[in-house]
Amino acid sequence: MELTKEEEDALDGKQGETLALAYRTLVAIGEASGSDRLIPIEWAHLSGVNYNTIGDAGKDFLSNLSRDAKFKVKTTVNPMGFDFDSVSRYNLDDKFIENQRSIKNSYEKMGAIPSYSCIPYEIFDVPKQGTHVSFAESNAAIYANSFSGLVTNKEGAFSALASALTGKSPCSDLRDDEVRKPNLTIRMKVESPNELTYGMLGYFAGKVAGSSVALSGVNDLDRRSCKSLCAGMGTSGACGMFTFGEAEGEKMDFDKKEMQKIHDELNTSESGDLITLGSPQLGLEEVGDLAAMLKGRSFKKRCMIFCPSAIKGQIRDLGYRKEIEHAGGEFLFDCCTCLSPLVDNKEVDSVVTNSVKGAYYLRTSNKVDVNLKSLGRIVEEETK
Amino acid sequence: MNVKVIVRGNAKGSLLVAKNPLNFLGGIDKKTGMVHDKNHDLFGKFIGDKILVFPFGIGSSVGAYTIYSLKYNHCAPLAMICLKADLTTASGCAISNIPLVVANKNDYDSLQEDRKIVLDAIEGKIS
Repeated sequence: MELTKEEEDALDGKQGETLALAYRTLVAIGEASGSDRLIPIEWAHLSGVNYNTIGDAGKDFLSNLSRDAKFKVKTTVNPMGFDFDSVSRYNLDDKFIENQRSIKNSYEKMGAIPSYSCIPYEIFDVPKQGTHVSFAESNAAIYANSFSGLVTNKEGAFSALASALTGKSPCSDLRDDEVRKPNLTIRMKVESPNELTYGMLGYFAGKVAGSSVALSGVNDLDRRSCKSLCAGMGTSGACGMFTFGEAEGEKMDFDKKEMQKIHDELNTSESGDLITLGSPQLGLEEVGDLAAMLKGRSFKKRCMIFCPSAIKGQIRDLGYRKEIEHAGGEFLFDCCTCLSPLVDNKEVDSVVTNSVKGAYYLRTSNKVDVNLKSLGRIVEEETK
Repeated sequence: MNVKVIVRGNAKGSLLVAKNPLNFLGGIDKKTGMVHDKNHDLFGKFIGDKILVFPFGIGSSVGAYTIYSLKYNHCAPLAMICLKADLTTASGCAISNIPLVVANKNDYDSLQEDRKIVLDAIEGKIS
């Protein structure tokens, strides 16, 4: 890699060990991914926030790093394992709570905006078209590239962290216009799709595509379907963006048969003890939709609804929170379905969700069975 | 022998050669540096204080933090030589300041257990 004099000095430790560590990380990732230089980025979004994902080693690393490290660009963070405001209502291990607090403190000490959300694209102002950012959360990276007009790789926890500390990123993969051009088109052949169909389309595309994929036959996506598509894609592979319409090169169909295969892979139960909504977290619009769908109904079982704190005030003022709580919904902020210790396989055997991403992690990490169905069906079957 | 530098630094020591890819998160005890994956050819061996040669890393990216813990607990390898640079090993060595290089297939295959080498992971040379 070609570095500027300033970058070379920082790598050599002339600006302290923290920046040396950050530049070592960028250069190592750049060398490993075939980049020739570093370029500036304006916003970093970090993963590796939930204690369940990074463990003691991650907690200790961040604690040491935060002694003198400061983020150089706008830095937002992924969800934690639970909601500090309501954690006392759950039977959670004190040690987990303390470890999570340490991670939270480390990020905030380094200057992170305490967003604790996997939908930064929905709760922050989006910079102008073509701006380079560094997003580690996979659904956010795909959304940023495909809908927000931003440029990012599907970053890992370390590349995004190093980007936050330096304001730079290796110029590789999706930062190259040629790589952004898809060479595979997936033709959507399933009729009357809902958000779950799009989640499964994303999951299918993620498995078969390289860095970028074209989707044809996809029209009029609402917000819920957009997010579901991005999250599904981010779960199954390395693909970091999609475009609409046919591209040159290979074509594949996503039909009912392919969809059924994916449903069979992710759906492991015909019912569930608990409902979780929000992977990715629900934003204001989706909470509003949910409130409307639940009019006059109430959940037959416990339903956890994961949201960012950023919408807390709005959903209260608009009355959505009260309406949904009246229907038996339980709001949790700053955390998400994925890898939350709040879904414990000692207490529940199976979970109902409409999220493909949630289904994948509930089964592989929380080790519970999943009843995967659309929000429409959840409201129809799980409320009275 | 010329190698591609992923993480800079210098090291001098004897080689510990693994045939199988390494899963840092699942396969190595971060407190002791012992390989505890029974299916790995290095099972029961200590990976610290040597130059570790293995094809590439596999498994969760959190494995990078395992490399950091090994260093923190004074049981990390002096340096690593791989056939292919994966992002977990690259990130782990970067945050832990452990030199990491990639060798081409022929050179990689010539690296024998216990051989003493000097690794210059600035110029990219092994002697």
